[in-house]
Amino acid sequence: MAGIIEIHRLSKRFDQQLILDDISLTVNDGEFLTLLGPSGCGKTTLLRLISGFESCDSGQIFIRDKNVTQLTPQQRDVHTVFQSYALFPHMTVFENVAFGLRCSKVSTTEIKARVENILAMVQLSDFSNRKPHQLSGGQQQRVAIARAVVNEPLVLLLDESLSSLDQQLRQSMQIELKRLQRQLGITFIFVTHDQEEALAMSDRIVIMQDGHIIQVGTPREVYEEPANLTAARFIGQLNIFTSRINEVTENQIHYSIEHIERRCKNVKQLKKADPINVLVRPEDLRVWGEHELDPTDHMLPGTIDEVIYKGSTVDLIVRLKSGRLIYATEFFDEDDENLFYNKGESVWVNWLENWEVILIDESA
Amino acid sequence: MNQRSAFKSLTIGTLVFWLIVFELFPIAMIVLVSFSTANSSTLYTYHFSLDAYRQLFNPIYIHVLLRSVKTASITTVFCLLIGYPFAYILSRSKLRWKNLLFLFVIIPFWTSSLIRTYAMIAILKSKGIINSVLLHWGVIDHPLQVLFSNTAVIIGLVYNLLPFMIIPLYSNLEKLDYKLIEAAQDLGSNTWRTFFKIIIPMTKAGIIAGCILVFLPAMTIFYIPEILGGAKSLLMGNLIQDQFLFALNWPLGAASCVVLIVILLLTLGIFWRASRSNHRGALL
Repeated sequence: MAGIIEIHRLSKRFDQQLILDDISLTVNDGEFLTLLGPSGCGKTTLLRLISGFESCDSGQIFIRDKNVTQLTPQQRDVHTVFQSYALFPHMTVFENVAFGLRCSKVSTTEIKARVENILAMVQLSDFSNRKPHQLSGGQQQRVAIARAVVNEPLVLLLDESLSSLDQQLRQSMQIELKRLQRQLGITFIFVTHDQEEALAMSDRIVIMQDGHIIQVGTPREVYEEPANLTAARFIGQLNIFTSRINEVTENQIHYSIEHIERRCKNVKQLKKADPINVLVRPEDLRVWGEHELDPTDHMLPGTIDEVIYKGSTVDLIVRLKSGRLIYATEFFDEDDENLFYNKGESVWVNWLENWEVILIDESA
Repeated sequence: MNQRSAFKSLTIGTLVFWLIVFELFPIAMIVLVSFSTANSSTLYTYHFSLDAYRQLFNPIYIHVLLRSVKTASITTVFCLLIGYPFAYILSRSKLRWKNLLFLFVIIPFWTSSLIRTYAMIAILKSKGIINSVLLHWGVIDHPLQVLFSNTAVIIGLVYNLLPFMIIPLYSNLEKLDYKLIEAAQDLGSNTWRTFFKIIIPMTKAGIIAGCILVFLPAMTIFYIPEILGGAKSLLMGNLIQDQFLFALNWPLGAASCVVLIVILLLTLGIFWRASRSNHRGALL
């Protein structure tokens, strides 16, 4: 088998409720994989099944070709960084980190060397005699990571490990985690409900919902080519138009939004009259003032409903003719230094051909 | 002075008054009496003497003291050995079971401890329940002589004091973060290591509090040895009671009290030093 972890047709129920439904997944050696999804999607249960704290109803888990489905957490070569860190409050930082090594009967001199080495790596060498309650949140987080990685597991599991930190600390911990992962070469499986975090850190993202895997892909793939509406909605903000294909010519499809005809490449072999969803990211929308341009073919007319200044961007809410609101994000750049809009101003909304994502509308 | 601080002064004042009149004053009386001279007609006379303490050095009294410490220690150990698993199960069980188990801990408090101790005679006596069952099953050929022995005293003490061990242990175990146990298992720790390195240290405060709550009364409850013990099971509590009520040697009784108080304070001091400062809250 190829992956360091192979999950084969895993199912799990709690009190008749299906939490994981026939999940299969391959985790590659050395990658940073993120399980992303709303709370209750089964991502934490999947993590606990891998670590061995839950047992599955059916299916198998292999860690480096070894079937571990029936093994206890002690017998699995994976370690967890808990959401609450779960540091032992009565032990010093050194003793916390040394705990796993003592369990596997490593010699005292080797323990000392390895603990000191890992504490240096997470920049906590000066804190080895402190108790957990004498540390800040970020430091506790680093102790929790050090305690797990000092045992050199094949895979490190991180359960919402950054969600209790404040925004700034969180961003610096994201960078530090990535650095550590590269330095150690250990496979990381990270669970989060924060899509920005997932995009920033992962090699691959697994999007989960209601016990199913919706999509697996690189951050770029899941962002630019969402597999379905749920995946699209979950990652980033989105404008969704429902429409129907008017015509298919050569490799292009024609559809209309708000009675304006548009076209794009027919990537998915769609046919005439197929119901579709047209997905456009706010940052892909261009908003033009009424007298900024002359030809307005294929552009949607609207009026500015709200202007939200965000420093590096300006977010616009535009009311289209039909009354529906769409979101657009405009960046400050050399081409357009004066992003200045008034409420109620008439504008034209446009996007580059083929920048939209077309999904077949399964609900129609 | 506003109303709030008047209320504060009143409540604190009442408490201080109570402690002085009903706690400090009697203890001062006992200390005073212990240094006075015995007098059979007036019980004691205020004439400074160390007679009572000299009498205490009698080997008989030292023997009683040592036996009291031994009995209380054995009682504490048994309460801990029985109470800890019980408290652990209690803290881990589902709410419905938890309420039922808690009921078992609380029910004894609904009747007087004295009556329950008398009831134990029916269980322990040679034709009592335990002997009948054991004889019936053929475990023994003739009835065990449990009643009126040290064993009976210890059984009675353990039975009466067990809830005082269980309750502080439970409150500690209840607060124990289960994630810590999972973290230990995740790091490869087996059951024994998890228990001795994580669970025991995390519940140390409860263990110490429970031991104090059992050990101190076990030294002084006089009616349990009196009811269940034989003539040889005299403990410190009985000694004091006898001196005050029957021998009418108040200075000796008072001196025994003072010695007992000193021993108990020393015990508390040892426990206090054993507990780390951040655990002391549970002791108070």
